[in-house]
Amino acid sequence: MPSATLQFQDRLNRRAFLKQSGLALGSTALASQLVASPTHFAPKAKRIIYLFQSGAPSQMDLFDPKPQMEKRRGEDLPASIRMGQRLTGMTSGQKTFPVAPSMFKFAQHGQSGAWISELMPNISKIADELCFIRSMHTEAINHDPAITFCQTGSQLAGRPSIGSWLSYGLGSENRDLPAYVVLTSFGTGRRDDQPLYDRLWSSGFLPTQHQGVKFRNVGDPVLYLSDPSGLNRGMRRGMLDELAALNQRDHQLFGDPEITARIAQYEMAFRMQSSVPDLIDTSKEPQHVLDAYGPEVRNPGTYAANCLLARRLAERDVRFIQLFHMGWDHHGGLPNAIKGQCYDTDQPTAALIRDLKQRGLLDDTLIVWGGEFGRTIYSQGTLTETNYGRDHHPRCFTLFMAGAGVKKGITYGETDDYCYNITRDPVHVHDLNATILHLLGLNHERLTFRFQGRDYRLTDIHGNLVKGVVA
Amino acid sequence: MRPLFLLFVTLPALAPAAEKIVFNRDIRPILSDKCFHCHGPDEKERKSGLRLDVRDAALKPAESGAVAIQPGDPSHSELVARCLTADKDELMPPPKLGKPLSQREKDLLQQWITEGAEYQGHWAFLPPVRAAVPAQKPDQHPIDAFITARLAKEGLKASPEADRATLIRRLSLDLTGLPPTPAEVSAFEQDAAPNAYEKLVDRLLASKHYGERMAMQWLDFARYADSHGFQTDSSRSMWPWRDWVIRAFNDNKPFDQFTIEQIGGDLIPNATLDQKIATGFNRNHRINGEGGIIAEEWRIENVIDRVETTGFTWLALSLNCCRCHDHKYDPITQKEFYQLFSFFNNTTDRGTITGGSNRSGGNEAPVVTVADPAAAARLAALQQEIDAAKQQATAARKDLGKLIAAWEATALKNLAQGQTAWAPLAPTQVVSKLGDKGAKLTRQSDGSYLASGPNPAQDTYLFDAPLPKGGVTALLLECLPDASLPNQSLGRYSNGNFVLTDFDVFVQKPGGKPEKQTLARVSADYSQKGYEIEKVLKRARGKGWAIDGPTKRDPRRAMFVLQTPVNAPEGTQLLLRLRHEAIGGHNIGRFRISASSTPAETLKLDGDTQLAALKAILEVPVEKRTAQQKGEIQKFFIANVDSPLKRANDVVTAKQKALEDARAQLPSVMVMEEMPQPRDAFILNRGEYDKPTTKVGMGLPAVLPPLPKGAPMNRLGLAKWLVDPANPLTARVWVNRAWEKSFGYGLCKTTENLGSQADYPVHPELLDWLATEFVRTGWDMKAMQKLLVTSHAYRQQSKVTPELLAKDPDNRLLARGPRFRLAGELVRDQALALSGLLVPKIGGDSVKPYMPEGVWDETSKYGNLRGYKADTGEGLYRRTMYTIWKRTAAPPTMLLFDSPSRELCTVKRSRTNTPLQALALLNEVTFVEAARALAQRVIQEGGDTPEARLDFAYRLVTSRAADADTKRLLLAGLKQRLAEFQANPESAAQLIATGASKPDASIPAPELAAYTTTASILLNLDRTITRD
Repeated sequence: MPSATLQFQDRLNRRAFLKQSGLALGSTALASQLVASPTHFAPKAKRIIYLFQSGAPSQMDLFDPKPQMEKRRGEDLPASIRMGQRLTGMTSGQKTFPVAPSMFKFAQHGQSGAWISELMPNISKIADELCFIRSMHTEAINHDPAITFCQTGSQLAGRPSIGSWLSYGLGSENRDLPAYVVLTSFGTGRRDDQPLYDRLWSSGFLPTQHQGVKFRNVGDPVLYLSDPSGLNRGMRRGMLDELAALNQRDHQLFGDPEITARIAQYEMAFRMQSSVPDLIDTSKEPQHVLDAYGPEVRNPGTYAANCLLARRLAERDVRFIQLFHMGWDHHGGLPNAIKGQCYDTDQPTAALIRDLKQRGLLDDTLIVWGGEFGRTIYSQGTLTETNYGRDHHPRCFTLFMAGAGVKKGITYGETDDYCYNITRDPVHVHDLNATILHLLGLNHERLTFRFQGRDYRLTDIHGNLVKGVVA
Repeated sequence: MRPLFLLFVTLPALAPAAEKIVFNRDIRPILSDKCFHCHGPDEKERKSGLRLDVRDAALKPAESGAVAIQPGDPSHSELVARCLTADKDELMPPPKLGKPLSQREKDLLQQWITEGAEYQGHWAFLPPVRAAVPAQKPDQHPIDAFITARLAKEGLKASPEADRATLIRRLSLDLTGLPPTPAEVSAFEQDAAPNAYEKLVDRLLASKHYGERMAMQWLDFARYADSHGFQTDSSRSMWPWRDWVIRAFNDNKPFDQFTIEQIGGDLIPNATLDQKIATGFNRNHRINGEGGIIAEEWRIENVIDRVETTGFTWLALSLNCCRCHDHKYDPITQKEFYQLFSFFNNTTDRGTITGGSNRSGGNEAPVVTVADPAAAARLAALQQEIDAAKQQATAARKDLGKLIAAWEATALKNLAQGQTAWAPLAPTQVVSKLGDKGAKLTRQSDGSYLASGPNPAQDTYLFDAPLPKGGVTALLLECLPDASLPNQSLGRYSNGNFVLTDFDVFVQKPGGKPEKQTLARVSADYSQKGYEIEKVLKRARGKGWAIDGPTKRDPRRAMFVLQTPVNAPEGTQLLLRLRHEAIGGHNIGRFRISASSTPAETLKLDGDTQLAALKAILEVPVEKRTAQQKGEIQKFFIANVDSPLKRANDVVTAKQKALEDARAQLPSVMVMEEMPQPRDAFILNRGEYDKPTTKVGMGLPAVLPPLPKGAPMNRLGLAKWLVDPANPLTARVWVNRAWEKSFGYGLCKTTENLGSQADYPVHPELLDWLATEFVRTGWDMKAMQKLLVTSHAYRQQSKVTPELLAKDPDNRLLARGPRFRLAGELVRDQALALSGLLVPKIGGDSVKPYMPEGVWDETSKYGNLRGYKADTGEGLYRRTMYTIWKRTAAPPTMLLFDSPSRELCTVKRSRTNTPLQALALLNEVTFVEAARALAQRVIQEGGDTPEARLDFAYRLVTSRAADADTKRLLLAGLKQRLAEFQANPESAAQLIATGASKPDASIPAPELAAYTTTASILLNLDRTITRD
C-alpha cells in the first residue's frame, strides 16, 4: 500500500510507489513532483495569498497620487506623454483626452510615509507592512488577455496558471486539502466587471491534478463534497471499505499499481469530506476576529468572508490561496463605483494581514494585492466636477505586497506626472511572477515542463527577479 | 496519454548501448534538446557561428577555428572536449541552461563520433520506408510480427489472449464508447465460429456509435464548443459541424477526403452543402468580442490559431514556435510560418464578434444554414406562396398603364401639398425627464441635440415643439455620431450603442389634454440584429431599436408614420417622448427630429430628392416624357401607390420576409469563405499584429515536399498537400494516434510532436509500415482500426507482473495488453448505459444535463450563457459529447476527468487519478441517479435472490463473473445497509429520490436504497472505470 500521504495522484505516484517497493525505474527526476518537493533554494515564503482585483483598480485614485494634475484639470493629455501609444476602441475615437485629477484626498501614513488615498482608511493603518510597486506594467490592453497574462504568462489560453506551476513545483503541505484553492467574489462597485474564466486557475498542459480548486459560493464548497441525502457517514465509510476491498482484489488480479493509487484517492476524498466543512465553519471564530474583517464577513461569498477563509486555509498550510474580487472596471462613474470596491476590500484586506501577523503566519505567507493593468489619467466620457471614468492603461499600475520575504514600508518605482509612463524601476508582470516564485524558493528559469517538444516556464523567456522589493 | 513528464524517462531497454549508434534514436534527441537551441536552425540565436543540425556545417571549423566534429576522432573533436571539460566557463551545454549531459549521453556522443559521426535526416521528415514484415509464422498478423520480433530480442513474450468477456468490453468501449450488454457478452462467449472476433469487430465498426466514439477526440483537436470563449463567452452553434464529423466517421470517409473537406471544402468546385459545413473545423476557434478590442489584432490571432491547429492536428508539429522566430529545433522558419498563415488569411470573417452576438450569442458570418426535413418542407411551402403571389403580381402588371393614368389625375395636386418631405422641428423644450439626474441636451448648430452629463440607466428625452403648419403625417428621427460620445458613435453606452424602446407622440391642442397618437408603421435605414426598429411598436422587455454593427459611426434614420395625419389649429403642441428602458445606460447621444406633411404613401426615409424629381416629371406633359421619365413614374407608382400590383408585391415582400425569418430560425454553422482577392500577408515581428515586416505569399515549408502536381496554391491545395502520399508526416501522425488510443501510448510516445524533439519510436519499422499501409488502403480509417484491434498485441490480457513492471513499466513493448482509465465522457456514458438511462440519440443541438447550481454564474454576469437550467427530459441522459460546452466555465465533472477546456487545439489529454474524481463518482447526481436506476434494473431483471441479483449486477457492470470473495463482500455489504435502511426508511426514501427520473414505487424503498448503494460501489470500481 502507498503511504497515507499520497496526494492528488497521477501515474507519477505510481512511480513513487515502484521506487518505494524497490523496483527498477528508468532515469528520472520524479522526486521533484512529489508531495512537498524540495525547492531550488531556501524559500522565504511557504505559501501565498494572492488577492486579485479583477477589472483593474485605478492607481491614481488609490496609491499613486498626482496632486499636480489638479492644475491640468480638463486639459488635453499632451502628445508628449501619450507618445502615440495605442488606446482601446472605447476611447480611441474621443476628440479630446481631458485630464481627470483624482477627486480623492491622499495623506502619508506610518513611519514609512506611504501615500494612500482616503478610500483605503484601514490599509492606511498598516502602511508600514506594505511594499508598494508603482511601476507595474503589462502588454495586454483588454481584460480577458490581460488577466490571462497575469495568471499564466501568456495572453492566450492554454498555459498553466501560476498556482498550478507552484503546485507542480512544490507539491502540497496538506494531506487533506488541495494545494491551490481559488475563492471568488462579486464587487459592489460594478458587479459585472470583469468576469473570470476557468482558465485563470487551469493547469493548462500540466497534469490536471494541479488545477486550482475553486471553492463555490453556493452548494458544496468543493464540488460533490456532500454525500447524497439519505446516506450517513457510517454508511459511506462502510461503502468505501467495501470498495477498497474489491479494488484490492482486482489489484491482486491485475497487479496494476494504479489500483492502489485509486484506493488512496478515495481515502483522501473521504478525509476532505470532513476537512473542508471544518475549514469553512467559522462559527467558532471569536467575535473580535469577525468584527475585524467587517460586517460583510458573515455573508458567504463576499470578499470579506473569503479573506477570513484565506487565513483559515493558510493555517492549514494550503500552498496557494487566490482570491478574485470582481468589479474594478470603472469606465464611467468611477468616483462612486470605486467607493463600493474599497468598501468591499479595504477593511478585510487589512484585517487579514493583521490577523496573519498576530498568529505569526505573516512571516511565511506572501500577500499580493493587485489587478491586471491600470487606468488612464484622462477621462473616458465627459469630465465633470463630480464624475469621470477611466479607460484601460497597461503602461503603469500599482500593486502591493506584504509578508514573507518582502521589504516592509517601501514604495518601489515611479511614474510620470500624468501617471502614464514609468520613470523609474519598471516591473513587468513576468518580473512579478519571477519574484513570487523566487520568494517561494523556485528559480523561474528552472521550473520548466516539457510540452510539445519545448520546455515551458511561467515567465516564458522573460522575467527578472525584482531585487529591490526582496527583504 | 499519460502525464507528459514521463517523456523524460528513457527506458534502458529501448536503446541498447552495445549496438551501433543510430543517429535518430541515440544522438538526435541529445543534440536537439541540448544543443540546437544555440547551434541549430534558428540563425538569429546561433552562437559562435556553429551549427550542429547539419553535418557539413558541424564538420567545418567554427569562428574560433576549432572543429566541432572530426569523424572517427573524438579526441580531436571540440564538441567532445567542451562536453567533458571541468572548466565551467568552457563547458557545454552551459550550466545555466540547466540541461547537463548525463554520462551515458557523453558516451553516446563519443561512440557516435568514433563510428564516423553519420547523420540522418530527422526520421519523421523522411518518407516512411515500408519494411518487410518480419513474419515468423505464415499467418501471423503483421503487427504481431513486428511486436514479437522485438519482444524476442528483449527476452520477453506476449501474454495470452484475454478472455472473451474482457475482449468484448475492451472492444466495445474502444470502438463505440459504450459497454456491451449482457446479451452481447453471452453471444460472443458462445460464438464458436473461427471468425467470431472478426465478426464482433465488424459489428462494432458498423455501429452508429462508432462515429461518436471517433468524433470525441476530433472535437478536442478542433477546439469544438458551444461558446465564443472570451470575456462574455456567449453562445454559438457549431453542432451541425459536429454532426458532420460523426457522419463522416460512420460513413468511413477516407481520411484524405475527411481532411480536404474540412480544410478546403468550400473551395472544391461546386462544393456541396456538406463540404461547406465541413469547413466549420477552422471556425471552431474562439472569437473575441470584448468592448474596445482592436479587430485586426484578433483576426490575426484567429488566423494564427488555424495555422497552429493544422500543425498540431495533421503534422504533429509545433508550428506555433515560429510565430515569433525561426523554430529552435525543427527546420522551419518564421517566414514559412507566415506563408502557411497566408493560406488562412483570406476568408471573409471579421475576426471579432459583431453586433449583439457578443452578449446575446449567435454565429458570426460567414455561415450556412442547415435544414432538417420538416424545416425544409416549411421553407418549400413558403416558397410556393411567394411564387403564387408573384404570378398575381405579373397578372396585375398588365393593367399598369391604366392604373398609372388614373392615379396621375390627382397625383400632382397631392404632391404639391407636401412642400419638402422633411423639415426639422423647432422645439421649445428638449430636456431629460430626470432633470439634473438625466442628460443635459444641448442644441447644436445643425438643429440636433447632443447629450452630455449624467447618463442614467433609463433616460427619457422630452421634446416639445409647435405643430408645423400643414400638419404632420410622419416624424423622422436622425441619430448622429459625435466625437464626444463613446467610440465616436451615436449612443451613450460605453460601446457607443443605444436602445430606443419607445417613440411616443402626443398632440396637445390649445387648452386640451395631450392625446397619444398611434404609429402605423416604422422603418429605419439600419437596425441591429435582434433590435429591429419594429421593436419600438410593441413593448418587448429589454428590446428596442439599436444600431450596433459593422459601422457604428454612420448616421442612422428612423421614420415613424402616424396612423392618422394630424392637422390641428395653430398653437397645437407636438409632444414627443423618446424612452430608453431596455438596458442600462443605452441612451441616444445626439439626434435631430423632423416632420413631414407629405402623404404617407410617398414618404421615404430619404424622401426629399426623389419627390422633387418626381414632381418635375409629372409636370411634363405625358406625350413629351422620355422613356426614362416614364420609367421613373412607373417605378415610383409600383413602389408607393396602393394598387392590386402593390398589394401582390406586398404579399411577396411579406412572405419573403417570413421565409428569411424561417431560414434565420434554422440552425446555422460558421464556415470558411474565401475572399475574391487574397489579403496581403506579412512576417509579423515578434508575432505582433501591428508589426508587419516583409510581405509573404502562400508557400510550404522547404523541409517538406512541395505542393502536389495540379493542386492550386490555396487552402484547397494546402489540404491536398497535407494528405499527399509524399507528405511524410500526416499518415504517421494519424496511425500513431490511433495506436495511442488502442494501446495507451503511441509507437512514438510524443503523439503531439513528431518534430526534432520527438521521442524516437519504440518500433520505427512498424510505425512506417502502418503509415504506408494507411495510404495504400486509401486512408481507410475503419480498416486501420480493424487492423490494430485484430492483432494479438491488442487481444492479450492486461495482467501485470512485477517482472514486467520492472522491465517495461509503461508497456511500450506490449508484452501485455493495455489497461487504462476511461476518458471522462465514457465514464459518464457508461454509467448511463449500464443503468438503462442513456438516450442513445445521435447528433442535434447540445443538451443540458445536471450541473452544479450556479455553474455559469459564479464568475460572470456577462453574455447569454447564464442561469444554467438543466433540461427536464432526454437532455439529462444523452451522451456526454452532446453536453453544452461553455469554454470559460466548462462542465466541471469533465474538467476533473482531464478534459481540455476546448479553448485551443488539444491533441493529448493527461490521465490523472484524484480525490475530486472520487467525489464526483460517489456524489454527483448523475452517478447517484444512475446507481439507483441500475439498482432498479438489477432487482427487476436479476432474479429473486440477493445472490442472483448481485451476480447479475457485477456481470452487467464489468462484463465478467464475480468470484467467490467478491460475492461474499458484496452480499455482506448489501445486507448490512439493507438492515440500516429498513430501520430508517426515511433515509432510504431520500436516497432514491435523487435525480429527475422516478423510482419504481413497487420496490420497497429500503431495498431499492440498499441496492443503490451497492450499484454505486460497482460504478466506482477501478475495473469499471478502467478498460482492461
